[in-house]
Amino acid sequence: MNLWNAIVIGFKEIWAHKFRSVLTMLGIILGVSSLVAMSAMVKGIEIGAKEALVAIGGLQKIRIEAQKVPIYQRYLTDQAVGVTLNDVYALQSSAPLAALVSPEMRLYGATVSANGKTYRPWVCTGVWPVAIEMYEHVVEHGRMFNEIDDEMARSVCVIGTEVRDEIFGSPQQVGHEIIPLGETININGQSLTIIGMFQHYENEQDRKQRELALQQAEPNKTGPARSRGWGTTSQNWAFKLKNASVLIPLNTIWIKFRAGGTAGPGGWGATVAAADPRLSVLEVKVAEVEHLNAALQQIRNVLMSTHKGIEDFYFRTQEEWAENIDTFVRNARMSGSIIAGISLLVGGIGIMNIMLASISGRIREIGIRKAVGAGTGAVFIQILVESVVIAVVGGLAGLAGSYALVRSMSSFSPTGNDPVITVTAMAIAFGFSVCIGILAGLIPAFKAARLDPIVALRYE
Amino acid sequence: MSLVELRNVSKIYHLGGEEIRALDNVSLDIESGEFISIIGPSGSGKSTLMHILGCLDSPTSGTIKLDGTMIQGASPRELARIRNRKIGFVFQFFNLLPKLNVLQNVELPMVYSGVSARERHERAVAALKMVDLENRSKHRPSQLSGGQQQRVAIARALVNSPKIIFADEPTGNLDTNTGEAILQLFCKLSREGSTVILVTHDPEIAAVTPRRIEIRDGKIAEKVDARLAGLDRVARTF
Repeated sequence: MNLWNAIVIGFKEIWAHKFRSVLTMLGIILGVSSLVAMSAMVKGIEIGAKEALVAIGGLQKIRIEAQKVPIYQRYLTDQAVGVTLNDVYALQSSAPLAALVSPEMRLYGATVSANGKTYRPWVCTGVWPVAIEMYEHVVEHGRMFNEIDDEMARSVCVIGTEVRDEIFGSPQQVGHEIIPLGETININGQSLTIIGMFQHYENEQDRKQRELALQQAEPNKTGPARSRGWGTTSQNWAFKLKNASVLIPLNTIWIKFRAGGTAGPGGWGATVAAADPRLSVLEVKVAEVEHLNAALQQIRNVLMSTHKGIEDFYFRTQEEWAENIDTFVRNARMSGSIIAGISLLVGGIGIMNIMLASISGRIREIGIRKAVGAGTGAVFIQILVESVVIAVVGGLAGLAGSYALVRSMSSFSPTGNDPVITVTAMAIAFGFSVCIGILAGLIPAFKAARLDPIVALRYE
Repeated sequence: MSLVELRNVSKIYHLGGEEIRALDNVSLDIESGEFISIIGPSGSGKSTLMHILGCLDSPTSGTIKLDGTMIQGASPRELARIRNRKIGFVFQFFNLLPKLNVLQNVELPMVYSGVSARERHERAVAALKMVDLENRSKHRPSQLSGGQQQRVAIARALVNSPKIIFADEPTGNLDTNTGEAILQLFCKLSREGSTVILVTHDPEIAAVTPRRIEIRDGKIAEKVDARLAGLDRVARTF
């Protein structure tokens, strides 16, 4: 008996017991589809998390922040100068591994007012023009301020789309995009001219949803106009942060606002009255992420010299974030795989159970087949093929089911990251289901093949 | 050379420490083309003899030669091959596969001998023609009468042109008239040159065969070469 005959008999056997076969397959179907769907979800989360990591500058970015003088140097506190522009010049001249150096003075608790509206941006910060590369900003309208604007401390600013949305109205509200170039806004009483606006930053998922919303009719929002809060937006905070920022030349913010240093005693949101010439943050980008450790060492050496050995600064990198993403993805994938794998295993046990029941119901048939000349191998292969056919059909149905599952999952919770079905996951799930089918068929096939034809023929 | 040669064949079962000699030192020759009946009461060992002759079972001791091949000590796989090519079985309870139609049932032995689908079909139709059932080929066994089912089983036994056809109480489940018709079919096969062995407990049925082997307590108690009596009976029937 060749394999093709065995496969045909296997299909006939499944067809003869449709309901039972579907029930048997259900375990495999659910196992495969949950394995694929789980992997798709984790992949979606991974992609979303990495998008956000790239949006804030990626792994190459090192942030240097001021910190309290360590206890063993406490007596030197009055000599600690903090992170200043001196450090920036020193790094530029002495730390070749630091490709970009971007000083930043923040205006905490800034309030933007114009057009009869007020808005508190998430970030209102004085920077050098290099910040545009540091934060991977893209100026879509107008221009970024340049070195001359900075040198002259001109009253100009570049804003994110969120600021525009809140002050002048968003495209969704007014129906067309407002480009507020040349408009004057007030920040804490100082007038600044908008000379540029960034593009709207969002992740793939949000972009798709926004485009979908444009096509569909506006949902029925009744009652007075109001902010509907954060809950309904799935906007990633990294993108939100970039959209809700106002960039001002470093000199301007120092001369006009006397801003700088770390957050005041009231923390974030409290207006700092006292002038503070220190930098809030110093961002450094290394050319190659492989040289991160060497670059850190170099930067530390330079800063230790400018700070006269007082360690009143520390480094913050995105390594942990990236590692956290990897760890999370690995953990989620592993726990998901274990659960889905167990359900596949249960499906396999279901197949074995049914095959065992099936052969005890077919002892006489096996006896007859043996009497007319079916060898041990032929019977073995027939039962094994039947089991594999169930698993293969179940596996294919499971792959189809995984599409449905993923689609229904993303329609039930559209705020999450869009699940991404990968071919690898499908191949692994399908291969696993076939292996399960083979394993589940082995024992029943062995039992059937070993039946004594005389006993089997007499079996009632 | 005989078609089948049994020499000093014994089959011993052990049941709860008790030794049961189902066959005790049996020697037997069967020539090609013979029409034989094996008779004996239940428990006499006739089924064991048929199983050993039919390659369904191996003896505990002794030698069997079938069509020039020694088959004692053959592996289950080789036995299956011999059953497939050289032996046809007809059972008391027909033993057709209920899920297959008549044609597929007849094709079954050829599935295991690797015959192509087209040839399987042709040979199965030819075999069904021999038992006058070619117009029932798409029926399920359950849609046929007992006699028809037994004829399908005979067609299945014939389809691989075996050396020997074994019939184990072939009329045991049929009424007298149908049983008679089935017996006539075996007589016809015998006249056409097949080697047919009838296993029965009924001396009346055994009377149709020229040679009768009576078995009692695992021994061939009597070898009745009743050619004349048998021929009388055949002459009377036809």
